[in-house]
Amino acid sequence: MNTLEFVAILWLGSFAAGFLGSLTGLGGGVVIVPLLTLVFGVDIRYAIGAALISVIATSSGAAAAYVKEGFSNIRVGMFLEIATTLGAIAGAFVAFYLPIHAIAVIFGFVLAYSAYLSFRPPPHDRRAGQPDKLATRLRMDATYPTPRGLQHYHVRGVPAGFLVMFIAGVLSGLLGIGSGAVKVLAMDRAMRLPFKVSTTTSNFMIGVTAAASAGIYLNRGYIDPGLAMPVVLGVLIGSLIGSRLLAGAKSRVLRIVFAIVIAFLAIEMIFNGLTGRI
Amino acid sequence: MIVRNREAMDHRAENTIGILLRTGVTISALVVLFGGILFLAHSWSSPTHYRTFRGEPGDLRHISGIIREGFALNPEGIIQLGLLLLIATPIVRVAFSAWAFAEERDWLYVTFTLIVLGLLLFSLAGPHS
Repeated sequence: MNTLEFVAILWLGSFAAGFLGSLTGLGGGVVIVPLLTLVFGVDIRYAIGAALISVIATSSGAAAAYVKEGFSNIRVGMFLEIATTLGAIAGAFVAFYLPIHAIAVIFGFVLAYSAYLSFRPPPHDRRAGQPDKLATRLRMDATYPTPRGLQHYHVRGVPAGFLVMFIAGVLSGLLGIGSGAVKVLAMDRAMRLPFKVSTTTSNFMIGVTAAASAGIYLNRGYIDPGLAMPVVLGVLIGSLIGSRLLAGAKSRVLRIVFAIVIAFLAIEMIFNGLTGRI
Repeated sequence: MIVRNREAMDHRAENTIGILLRTGVTISALVVLFGGILFLAHSWSSPTHYRTFRGEPGDLRHISGIIREGFALNPEGIIQLGLLLLIATPIVRVAFSAWAFAEERDWLYVTFTLIVLGLLLFSLAGPHS
C-alpha cells in the first residue's frame, strides 16, 4: 500500500468511526486505536497519539454547540478539570513505562466496559434534595433548561466525583481516549447532576483532558503528521455529520450494533495483547 | 440580584467560549488539510512505515521546531502546526475562562482555572523524554 491509498482508506475508516460514534453517543475516539492497530497494523504508540488528537477535535467541535444551549455546568467542569488534567499527565507518564502489550490489554478491558454500559438504558435522574456543604461552598448548584423552563439542581458527592475524574484522566492519558463514559459516571452517579448536564459537561471537559496528555505525546514524538492528518479530518467530519443527524434518528438498533462491534474489538485487543501480537 | 447578574455573565462567557472553540477547530482543520494536500502531492507514492515505531524527528516534537518547519512550508511541518493549534484550542479556552472568572471577581475559580492552565502549559512545554 502506498501513502495515498493508506491515507484514503484511513480517512474513510475514521469518518465511519466519527459518524457512528456521534450518532450512537458512544464517541468515535474509542474505536480509533483498535482500528489503527488491528486493521492497519499501526504501532499502538502512533495510534494513541492520533486518537488523542481526534478526541480534542470532536470534543471541541461538539462542546461549541452544547455550551451555547446552557446545559453544561462550567464551574463543575472547571473544578473537575484539575482532577482530569492531573490524571491525564500521570497516565501519559505511566504509558511511557508500561510494555505496549499491557496497554493493549487494559485498552481491551476499557472497551469491553464501554460496550457493557451502552447496553444499559440511560439512568433515571436521582436528584439530590438537600444542598451539600462543600458543593455550596464551591458554588456548584445551578440551573438547566427543561421543557418546563429553567430547573434548579443541587450538586453533591464532590470528593467522590473528583476521585473518579482522576481515574478518567489516567485512562485518557494512558489510552488516548476521551473516557466520556467514566466522566458521566462521576457526575451522574457520584455527584447527582441531571443526565443531560453530565453528558454535556463531560464533553466540554474531554478536550482539556486530552490536551493535557497530547502535549506529552507530542514531545515524545508519538504524534505522526501523516497518520494523524487523515484520522483527525475523518473523525471530525464524520462526527459533525453524525451530530446533525442525531436530532432526527437516535436509533437503538444502531447503538446495539455499534456496541457489539466494540465488544468484538475488545476481545481482539485483549487476545492480541496477551499473545504479544500488539 | 447578584446571583442573576452572575448567571448573565456566565451566559455571555459561554457564548464566547462556543465561538472560540468553533474558530479554533475550523482554523486548525484547514491548516491540517492544507498540509495534507501538500504532503500527498509530495509523497503519495512512497510506502508507509507505521508498523514499527521510530518516533518523530526532534523538529516535529517541540513548539519552536514545529513553527519553524510549518512556516518553511514543509508539508509535515504544516500538518503538525495544525495539530498544535488544535491542542492549543482548549488551552486558550481555559485561559479565557480564567479571565471571565476574574471579571466576576470569583477568585476561587480563578485559582482553579490557573491550576488547570499551569498543568496544560507544563505538559505542552516539555521536554518529557
